[in-house]
Parts: sequence; structure tokens; C-alpha cells
Amino acid sequence: MIRNFAVLLLLLGLAGIFIHLMQGYIPATELNQSAHYYAAHSAEDLGAANIVTAIIVTYRGLDTLGEVTVLFLAATIIGMVLANGHKAQRSLQRQLPPSGELLTTASRLLTPLILLFGAYVFVNGHLTPGGGFQGGAILASAALLLLLTDPLKRFSHRLIAVVESLSGLLFIAIGVLGMVLAGGFLDSRILPTGAFGTLFSAGSIPLIYSLIGLKVGAEFTSMLNNLAETEKS
Amino acid sequence: MNTLLLVIALLLAAAMLGAAWVSIRVHRVATAMLAAGLVSLFASVMFLLLAAPDVAMTEAAIGSGLTTFLFFFVLGRVRGGRDD
Repeated sequence: MIRNFAVLLLLLGLAGIFIHLMQGYIPATELNQSAHYYAAHSAEDLGAANIVTAIIVTYRGLDTLGEVTVLFLAATIIGMVLANGHKAQRSLQRQLPPSGELLTTASRLLTPLILLFGAYVFVNGHLTPGGGFQGGAILASAALLLLLTDPLKRFSHRLIAVVESLSGLLFIAIGVLGMVLAGGFLDSRILPTGAFGTLFSAGSIPLIYSLIGLKVGAEFTSMLNNLAETEKS
Repeated sequence: MNTLLLVIALLLAAAMLGAAWVSIRVHRVATAMLAAGLVSLFASVMFLLLAAPDVAMTEAAIGSGLTTFLFFFVLGRVRGGRDD
């Protein structure tokens, strides 16, 4: 009774707050100052056709570095927590029912295509919507499909660790290089901006986004791998 | 935003609320997971309508794809395993 009353009170309070916010809402008719700067200058400054990518990788590059770090910490902590649990023991493994013919055949066909699509998404991040985070998640979903097909499949920890740390290091190195060769940390103009709208343009943005894609994909894959390893199966 | 887009957006919002309600109330776990994935899918279409294709892609890849698959993966492990 008292719990229901508390929930009702909370809902009413939230509704009050939202109604208040709704009444004070005035739709913006023009871009604010920084948004206007980004919209007007990112094409000629950085040569990136996708303004969102220009903002994420260059203007707000430090935030992206922070996001990647948070994801790295999450993957590390999952690894730490799950490593203390019961490790899979080969003798205790039970026989799993075989995955269906449909799933096996479809995953053989789809896995390369999904990997290719993920790579396409992060390589073309400066031209089309999408980028490192999306591409990395698509890469990891290919790994997940493999795990669904064969639950006992394991990915090499060493390979994941090498890909993950190498791309992280290179990301930082490119950032520091920006400080030496161009305007500041993570400035993408260390390479020529090239012709607007082509694959090799926008300075180091495609390079950085590919590294982020590989890093995110490796992190998600390591999380899945750790999850798959803990259970006794 | 013209009238057609507004109607589609309202329908999407209603469908999202409906799917969310289903995912909370339904008793079968698999159905609840599918409904939760459906909420993300509708949300990604909504982001597309609001002219944010980058966010829509993230939502579709992580919220709708990876999370739903992960739920099913874990469900399969939990169902098949013995109780500790």
C-alpha cells in the first residue's frame, strides 16, 4: 500500500517536472554559436563531408578519447570480475545440442559480410553516417554470431589484446602528433585534407576512426569472450 | 516537420510505448527480450526521422542488435546449465 503510494507520488512528481519543462520549451530557430561555427567551418577546415564525424573526432576529440577509455575500463572490469569466477573446466563440459543447419550455414555466409560491412562503416565514417563506435559494434556482432553458432568457440585473448592496445596506442600517438605538427592534441590536419568527399580526405580522421573501430570491436569481443568462458559449458 | 512525418512519428512513439509495456508485462522471457529489442528498433527509426542518422546507427547496432543477441546468448546458457 505504502509502496504503491510512493510510486504514485514519484510518478506525479516526474509528470510535474516534465510538464514544467514542456511549457518552458521554445524550439530553437537558429543554431547557437558553437554549432554555427561547426556547420560553417568544418567542411573547409577539416574537409570532412560528415559534420558529425568532424565534431566527434576533431573538435570534441578529447571527449571521444574519454568514451573509448570508459569502454576500455568496462571491458577490463568485466574481465577481472569474471576471471575470479569458476573457470570453465574441460572435464565438466556437458554436451551441447548441435546448432541447427540453418544457423551454421547462414553464419558461414554472413560472418565475412558483416565484418566487411563493419569495416566499411568505420572507414567511411568521415563521408557517410556512422563511424568507429558503430563499425566496432557491427564487428563484435559478427563475433557474437560465431559464438551463437558454436558456443564452445574461443577467440584468441592474445590477438584481442594486441589489436586493442595497439589501436589505443596509435590513437594517442596520432593525437600527440597533432600537437607537434598541427594546432593541438588530436588535430586531424597532420595529413593533407585532400579532395572533399573522397575516401582519402579529411586528414587523419579516417585513420583515427578506423583505430577506434578496431578498438571498440576488440573490446566488445573480449567482453563476449569472457562471458562465454565463465559458464561451465 | 510535415504532417505525414508527424503522423509516422506519433505512430512510432505509440508502438515504442506498446512494445515497452509488452516487455515488462509478458511472462515468457524470450518474448520480453524481443519486445525490448523492438523498442530499440523503433527508437532508431525515430532518430532517423529526427535527422540523426549517426545516432540511429548506434542505436540499431548496439541497442537493437548486440544487446538482444547477448540476451539470447545468456538465456541459452542459463537454460542449459544446472543450478549452482
